[in-house]
Amino acid sequence: MQHYSGFGLLKHAMTHHENWQRVWRNPKPKDSYDVIIIGGGGHGLATAYYLAKEFGITNVAVIEKGYLGGGNTARNTTIVRSNYLWDESAHLYEHSMKLWEGLSQDLNYNVMFSQRGVLNLGHSLQDMRDINRRVNANRLNAIDGEVLDAKQVQEIVPHMDCSANRRYPVMGASWQPRGGVARHDAVAWGFARGADALGVDLLQQCAVEGFEIEDGTVTGVKTNLHGTIKAGKVGCVVAGNSGVVAGMAGFKLPLESHPLQALVSEPIKPILDTVVMSNYVHGYVSQSDKGDLVIGAGIDSYNGYGQRGSYPTIEHTVSAILELFPAFSRVRMNRQWGGIVDTCPDACPIMSKTPVENLFFNCGWGTGGFKATPGSGHVFAASLAKGEMHPLAAPFSIDRFHSGALIDEHGAAGVAH
Amino acid sequence: MFLIRCPYCEEDRGEEEFHASGEGHIIRPENPEACSDEEWGNYLFFRKNPRGIHHELWHHTIGCRKFFYITRDTQSYEIKETYKVGQKPAVSSDEVAKK
Repeated sequence: MQHYSGFGLLKHAMTHHENWQRVWRNPKPKDSYDVIIIGGGGHGLATAYYLAKEFGITNVAVIEKGYLGGGNTARNTTIVRSNYLWDESAHLYEHSMKLWEGLSQDLNYNVMFSQRGVLNLGHSLQDMRDINRRVNANRLNAIDGEVLDAKQVQEIVPHMDCSANRRYPVMGASWQPRGGVARHDAVAWGFARGADALGVDLLQQCAVEGFEIEDGTVTGVKTNLHGTIKAGKVGCVVAGNSGVVAGMAGFKLPLESHPLQALVSEPIKPILDTVVMSNYVHGYVSQSDKGDLVIGAGIDSYNGYGQRGSYPTIEHTVSAILELFPAFSRVRMNRQWGGIVDTCPDACPIMSKTPVENLFFNCGWGTGGFKATPGSGHVFAASLAKGEMHPLAAPFSIDRFHSGALIDEHGAAGVAH
Repeated sequence: MFLIRCPYCEEDRGEEEFHASGEGHIIRPENPEACSDEEWGNYLFFRKNPRGIHHELWHHTIGCRKFFYITRDTQSYEIKETYKVGQKPAVSSDEVAKK
């Protein structure tokens, strides 16, 4: 793998940048792999990368029906934080946060991780009680967090209307300084490049059509392009399509797939240097390095796989942002899109063994999977390598929907992605 | 944006008057006390979540406030039919697959 550096940039400038090495190969698939990962998004590529790097399993293929990082990885709003309420999820997201902090160095790829802080606003007394409780829980788990009042929030975000005159006045916020944003595409590309360099085969434009299952054990994956490819273990990381792939293996999941929309404005001068989110008015906004405001809110209420949603949802999203930032009323919106999120009843992911032996699922990240990309990949890789779920992943088993040990993160997951 | 025909109001109304309540025709176990954990969990949480024809429960929230069913394609979002509670769908995924 060609090492990226400032010096390299200078060197290639001499030859008009025409001699850069391809970032990853386009390999011919082998007949069999130790591990096959279905889904070439951020989580799948991170899983493959950590399998090869940390656990020495390099005979790995990632099968992607479209192009790498072209699903929800390309469609999310790039927010990273770890201020979840319950121990199980707080530990998982904090594990991810620690990996984020060294990720660009680790991958030798600039993922543009910017710890610009994340504000979760409170607009009612109950909001503030919840915020106090969550920040206290975070601090007990050694996760940074502060409770701010309206005046302190105003100092951090001068352009937001924190006056008492609003219909939903800002009463305060939780503040996680280590939270922030990262460049979503770079995360997928960085993991893909790293995995490829370690020998992982990335098979694009190849759709999975079924599984080869013998005596309740998965032995291979049927594809449209390369026939059946044998596999020792299979990890399925396909987000919105998890229910469809689980159906191919003959079981159901406690998931429903919904469209989740986001939109960006035309690029404007720097106005917002942090991430603002509000569960109450239900919207969130940050500003990208390019200058566009990145805006999102809730899912469309109906099930859907169409990667688009309805106009009323966009209207609700924008009205929430204008409640916070009346000054944005003249900003024109540039693009709008939808992704398909696999929502779980308790707003927590599923990382689990399945009724089929050697078939593992990593899904249900719903509206907030991006922040977990490195952590999810790391613990899922550890679980695949060992054949047993990693301690951080164990509480997120499918069994919890039968045992009742749910991890209710609706409050902390909220609107915030 | 959907234009949805409420089978009770018998009018085409905008999507904002309605709320989707997920998969339809889920039958509550007759005797919950006698259910195993698995049966009860399956009833509460596990869903078909199909990519294609889906029979779903909707609520005419800002209208007659009645629940009714929609048969809808979750890929194209096309609404095939709406029908009252107690009725059976005329369109099923098997029939669509045959065409």
